[in-house]
Amino acid sequence: MHARTEPSSETAAETAPSWPEDIFAILQRFDVRQVPYVPDAGHSQLIERVLGASSMRAVPLTTEEEGVALLAGAWAGGQRGVLLMQSSGVGNCVNMLSLTQIFRFPFLTLVTMRGEWGEFNPWQVPMGSSTAGVFELSGIKVLRASHPDEVREVVEAGAGQAYNACTPTAVLLSQRLIGAKVFTK
Amino acid sequence: MSKANLLDRRAVVGQLLAERKDAIVVGGLGASTYDIAAAGDHDRNLYLWGAMGGAVMIGLGIALAQPKLPVVVITGDGEMLMGMGSLATVGLQKPGNLTIVVLDNEVYGETGGQASHTAATVDLVGVAQACGIADARAIATIAEIEAYAPGLQDVSSGPRFASVKIDSANLERVLSSRDGQYTVTRIRGALGFGPI
Repeated sequence: MHARTEPSSETAAETAPSWPEDIFAILQRFDVRQVPYVPDAGHSQLIERVLGASSMRAVPLTTEEEGVALLAGAWAGGQRGVLLMQSSGVGNCVNMLSLTQIFRFPFLTLVTMRGEWGEFNPWQVPMGSSTAGVFELSGIKVLRASHPDEVREVVEAGAGQAYNACTPTAVLLSQRLIGAKVFTK
Repeated sequence: MSKANLLDRRAVVGQLLAERKDAIVVGGLGASTYDIAAAGDHDRNLYLWGAMGGAVMIGLGIALAQPKLPVVVITGDGEMLMGMGSLATVGLQKPGNLTIVVLDNEVYGETGGQASHTAATVDLVGVAQACGIADARAIATIAEIEAYAPGLQDVSSGPRFASVKIDSANLERVLSSRDGQYTVTRIRGALGFGPI
């Protein structure tokens, strides 16, 4: 039910994309310890890696705003974190994003996009269309990766400015990158 | 509105924090933050003046980062109701060092005393238990608070949840710092973490 088309391959099974591995390696290098998430198919490979990493604590959430507050607490306690969510969850975070300005903590979120590039489900379109705008209005810098070969440098830049400069940053992972979700009967 | 024999919130918080030692204390938006300030400013206090519904999750983030330190979240029923899902998240993570104390006056005291859900139907202790927080209890007397307070120092037997029914009287505000960067930097400093 969470299948997506693989945009650059014939058979998904034998060609798991390498960009989630690139992201995982970057998170490890930046000593990210707490990884709150609301699942998304586009994040499934990364979530699996986090769940298997002894240095990282995966924290499944009931709603995405919990993750913003968790990362504020992590910072107070001396750890770095990253919030994994899909675009529809960004709207759930709006008031809690105040914490990024109030505490000026190194907020990084990686957002898999829905509601664009061949979307089947119209219910994803409104929030997907306003995701970048919501972040910008909330004082969060927005970066985007749309092709597999640019994920590494975009996420690295996002992590760098978030953790080194305390600049709250969202990296949008385009639906074009992830593949549109396929709905079959 | 005020019922007989309900506890005084300042007495409850004062008793809870009297022997806090190295504990980190998070005060939820509203009167809970004033109560913590009234018990005495401390470099391990995190005062929330917003982010309603976020107190427990901020406490969880600290608790996971500092598993050897007691972390105490003190918040109100309205703030807890807004972040009720976070009890499910805490129940899943089971941080041994986290204690959540809800000061339940059954009203939104900061906004005119409108009734909260706990006045009629919601049992927060039951919610916490159902979310997997085994040590969840209702506290009704100062003697119970006295007996409960030393357990906050136990960093292996949590998470704990307590709901304390308190008097709904609005007390004089004790204003803590409203500067989040100051308070969070102060806590980080107390834990040995410097600025970027």
